[in-house]
Amino acid sequence: MSVVSELSHIRAPKAKSAEERRARRKAAGRDNKAAYLFLLPWLIGLFVITIGPMLASLYLSFTDYSLIESPTWTGLANYTRMLDDARLHQALQVTFTYVLVSVPLQLAVALGVAMLLNQGMRGLPLYRSVFYLPSMLGASVAIALLWAQMFGTDGLVNQVLRLFGVDAHTGWISTPQYALSTLILLHIWTFGSPMVIFLAGLRQIPQMYYEAAAVDGASRWHRFRKITLPLLSPIIFFNLVLQIIGAFQSFTQAHVVSNGTGGPSDSTLFYTLYLYQRGFGEFEMGYAAAMAWLLVVIVGAATAINFFASRYWVFYDD
Amino acid sequence: MTDLTARTELELTPQPTPARPAAARGGTRSNRTRSVVKHVLLIAASLLMIYPVVWLLVSSLRPTEVIFRTPGLWLNDVFLDNYTEGWNALANPFGHYLINSAIVVIGAIAGNLLSCSLAAYAFARLQFRLRTLWFTIMLTTIMLPIHVVVVPQYILFNKLGWVDTFIPLILPKFLATDAFFVFLMVQFIRGIPRELDEAARLDGCGHWQIFTRMILPLMTPALATTAIFTFIWTWSDYFTPLIYLTDPNSYTVPVALRSFLDSTSGSNWGAMFAMSIVSLVPIFLAFLFGQRFLIRGIATTGGK
Repeated sequence: MSVVSELSHIRAPKAKSAEERRARRKAAGRDNKAAYLFLLPWLIGLFVITIGPMLASLYLSFTDYSLIESPTWTGLANYTRMLDDARLHQALQVTFTYVLVSVPLQLAVALGVAMLLNQGMRGLPLYRSVFYLPSMLGASVAIALLWAQMFGTDGLVNQVLRLFGVDAHTGWISTPQYALSTLILLHIWTFGSPMVIFLAGLRQIPQMYYEAAAVDGASRWHRFRKITLPLLSPIIFFNLVLQIIGAFQSFTQAHVVSNGTGGPSDSTLFYTLYLYQRGFGEFEMGYAAAMAWLLVVIVGAATAINFFASRYWVFYDD
Repeated sequence: MTDLTARTELELTPQPTPARPAAARGGTRSNRTRSVVKHVLLIAASLLMIYPVVWLLVSSLRPTEVIFRTPGLWLNDVFLDNYTEGWNALANPFGHYLINSAIVVIGAIAGNLLSCSLAAYAFARLQFRLRTLWFTIMLTTIMLPIHVVVVPQYILFNKLGWVDTFIPLILPKFLATDAFFVFLMVQFIRGIPRELDEAARLDGCGHWQIFTRMILPLMTPALATTAIFTFIWTWSDYFTPLIYLTDPNSYTVPVALRSFLDSTSGSNWGAMFAMSIVSLVPIFLAFLFGQRFLIRGIATTGGK
């Protein structure tokens, strides 16, 4: 069970008689003391590090606060300011473009390569390692620096293009139309971790389904549409939900590549990068808190839409 | 490496995986051509994927002006000055930042192993009130954007005087805030037969003894997965140190590496590449030796 399917399987307990309920409650409380001792560190963390700060940032989002003076209540001012903040709109546009383009592309590549590797190939472990490695390196500053060089005016990409006779002098990273695409490419480059999850899922599809379908004369495409996709759908769903949540929070690459500005011309101004500029550059903590809550609402809504849509395409065989 | 990965393969795939019977694999000519085409495609894709990293390594051994002229991998002579220059380019020798990172990483690993395994045991094995509620909350926090807690957390840690110390980076790990690992361990403990717990209980063991003497030793693979993921993620973490570590003496490796862009005004790419390689070596080693735990870890949490 993945996190995602686990969550979609939690249901309200069915109504029971009073007696049954009492018996259940007694059973449920059997290890109360021990359990709460084991959970103590987690509970402290939940309240002090997570829920407390969440509520605090909800309060701060209605205030003006610069860390020096104490917060002053300004009502909805931070939220109405968002309506007129052109850079915020730009940040939303950049982030949505990034999520909507890079996540489907990355998952498609991951699934395609996983299916290719799943055909009983020789050398599978080696291929898998090579494809998986970038997803471990991709979040690092080192790779972000490498990307900045590669897509610079005289970077690796243009050097290779020149070998092929193209007179390439575009600084991909410094041209607003292309800068975001280089970051999308970086995201696709890290397709290894969803690929490994897909591979594990493909292994679990009984081979006899394919054999039976082949006997019935089903085409390759048909077998993919009618067997692989439905049986893999919970895993596709899992990857989709987590990758979308992750992509909304992308920060490191844009921050390093644009040297903290989100440039050129705000073309790589990810939402979290703008939040960082407001909160930790300008110390507008109230506005940053409001932005953080907007992000929670957006990510929550995206996840809810995902869960809702999953009813129509995700297939659980249990 | 092949040896290591081959062993991984055996352990990971208890069931046979032939898509086609072995006899048919090399059978007809068209099948063989298809297989060759596939390998050629995969090898080309592998080279394309790995080329930038190999080029980074080779380029770290070239003078900066050569880096910007040479897309190839051929080294005429090995230029080690980048490494000595990069090591000494910042306020402290680069080793200082490696040690800072190591402290944070060790603290984070210890914290995650301890706090997450405790919570996981309770969720996987104990009956208590509000269990479903707490469990649902735990799963939800996995998906919560950290940015919604980061502003008040910063204010809190700032008031406590902990900015520019490693406490904000390590302390939360001792409070099981990386709920992903709690979930991973819950999954693993669920796979350990309950009969073992019952037997231990009959022998007079309490929960603490069952946990420390039986569950913990049996869940070593899950602990290893947690340790390696924590290592890689904490080592490359950029956002948290960027916020909490403003004093260059307290920088961890990623923040120090980025500060090359300011201190050398982004011109000394050779030195920057050299230290990039230094910063990637620990991740690469963790990947090499921990790969089977990584793959098993994400395969079990990602599986349905």
